[in-house]
Amino acid sequence: MTKLKKVTYSQAICEAIDEEMARDKNVLILGEDVGILGGNFKTAVGLYEKYGDLRVKDTPISENGFMGMSLGMALTGLRPIIEIMFTDFLLLASDQLLNQIAKIRYMSGGQAKVPLTVRTTIGAGRSSAAQHSQSLHAIMCHVPGLKVVVPSSAADAKGLLKTAIREDNPVVFIEHKMEYNNEYEIPEGEYTIPFGKANILREGMDITVIATSNLALKAVKAAEELAKEGIDVEVIDPRTLIPLDRETMIASIKKTGRVFFADEGYERSNIVAEIMMDLMPDIFYYLDNPPERLCLPNVPVPFSPALEFPLIPDQEKLYKRIKKIFKN
Amino acid sequence: MTKNKFKLIKSYSIEKDHLLKMYFDMLKIRDFENAITDVYSRGLMNGLAHLYIGEEAIATGVCANITSKDYAVSTHRGHGHLIAQGADLKKMMAEVLGRKTGYCKGKGGSMHIMDASKGILGAIGIVGAGIPIATGVAYSAKYRGTDQVAVSFFGDAASNQGTFHESINMAAAWKLPVVYVCENNLFGISVDLRKVTGNPNIADRAFGYGIPGVAVDGNDVMEVYRVTQEAFARARKGEGPTLIECKTYRQKGHHVGDPGKIYRLKQELEAWKKRDPIKTFKARLIEEKLATEEELKNLEEEAKQLVKTAVQFAEDSPFPEPEEALEDLFYTMEGGKE
Repeated sequence: MTKLKKVTYSQAICEAIDEEMARDKNVLILGEDVGILGGNFKTAVGLYEKYGDLRVKDTPISENGFMGMSLGMALTGLRPIIEIMFTDFLLLASDQLLNQIAKIRYMSGGQAKVPLTVRTTIGAGRSSAAQHSQSLHAIMCHVPGLKVVVPSSAADAKGLLKTAIREDNPVVFIEHKMEYNNEYEIPEGEYTIPFGKANILREGMDITVIATSNLALKAVKAAEELAKEGIDVEVIDPRTLIPLDRETMIASIKKTGRVFFADEGYERSNIVAEIMMDLMPDIFYYLDNPPERLCLPNVPVPFSPALEFPLIPDQEKLYKRIKKIFKN
Repeated sequence: MTKNKFKLIKSYSIEKDHLLKMYFDMLKIRDFENAITDVYSRGLMNGLAHLYIGEEAIATGVCANITSKDYAVSTHRGHGHLIAQGADLKKMMAEVLGRKTGYCKGKGGSMHIMDASKGILGAIGIVGAGIPIATGVAYSAKYRGTDQVAVSFFGDAASNQGTFHESINMAAAWKLPVVYVCENNLFGISVDLRKVTGNPNIADRAFGYGIPGVAVDGNDVMEVYRVTQEAFARARKGEGPTLIECKTYRQKGHHVGDPGKIYRLKQELEAWKKRDPIKTFKARLIEEKLATEEELKNLEEEAKQLVKTAVQFAEDSPFPEPEEALEDLFYTMEGGKE
């Protein structure tokens, strides 16, 4: 049995970076406030002191600039980790990420190798309003050439981040900002988690819930409540959106005959719509109910908690929506 | 336009072989670009190609300083940069014609030719987008403790992109070994730089970043060579970046097929054509008795032959198979399919 220890989500991220920097001298981290401050979300605490200014680089507010620099680094043998504080800010670097980093290997006929990791955050719930609360991971999935990771727990975050840093392709690694201070049990010592392997967080017979990022954890809690009502929910955390573990999801849906999706991105063009369409040819004849989804309504995230919380997908809303399926 | 007189070639300390190679490189670029017009008009080429005719002295003068360990990042108008760095004309032309034997196996085309083995880390089709990439290469060179230098080629229009500012600022702050080469040909497609830029002297901006900025006659290969040499020396010594503005002119339209007439003055074009970088260099070599007419003529024939062979190779090459379109997205052991 693996020994477990208690850490916050932030500390788990920090450990992954620290271990990979110790393991490989070509790993470096760049971003706004990653130096002396140790990261805006405390995900680089102590790294500046340990590895110095060249390997832990505070950048100016020039997201497109340092995103592009990371490509130059990756092309010449380094393994940069870029921190973009919010996916909202990632839009500033979208040319470098989506037009350059995602495409240069393909455009060059496979000559370029681009081992880099872009870490960024999603999630509402901090009264940060419309420009610091978005969950824009679907955009990163739309453009071919990137691997996209959406870890739920701290244990997954650590293992998947280590895989991302060792990956020889560009990876967008998306952390949920509401998780950073939460404590989790993670395995002691070094471990990695492979891409493309979904995690069945709870087994059940009545419905499959496919939930991304920390909504997977919320779905497990909702499932415990639904169990008391006699509804047996299977919860699947895809962990990586690209590559996507279709087989695990298909097998589950064939078993339960029902599927419900949850994701904190805007509802329109949400990544779960794509996942659903992708699975459909394999699950259509096994479905007892139309697939449904819980996402953020199609408005910018408002400031006042009185407006914000009613919009955010959470445990309560999952519970109600899933329960309703079985009422009909 | 600067109407300066050329300095004597003899006043630069440079070997004859080196001079002849520069002349030869300029010829190869010119002939390659003329061949592009030819294959385009014969219906062999799809899409666009942005010709470098008239700007050959810049790539040649800059790249004469690049050693095999150094790097460069190019632009949509990149054929000249690649040729001056010794790229294979056959693989270049095959790429332009969309063939399997091209540098990018037909996936990149004229705008995206890369030769990673020669340190040519890509031609970038988005204006200004190569500048941060080259800057990151320079960071990497410093990080790895080498004395490598990264060259960033870009045009005057790119100097009005945010990437120009963001990158040069960081390179200046961190003293990165990068040489920024602005090829100021005065036009971004049809838009005259002088109409959209408060101060069209790009080199002046270096002052704001606290780095050296130097404007040079971009049609004078010797001057381009000299200022780049100084910039390389600074970079290798750890003294940081230099901004070089090479003033030049596009003798053709924005791309093959664009006559390039309605947005610029005929007199301006004619005046620049008189200062053609290849014609003037040839005249200087002969006038200073650094080469004979015959020596230069042999080089001219050789360049023409090389380009001819390249075109033949490309025409004879197969197209890629349709299923190859799904390959090379990711680095894997199994061909890179998603």
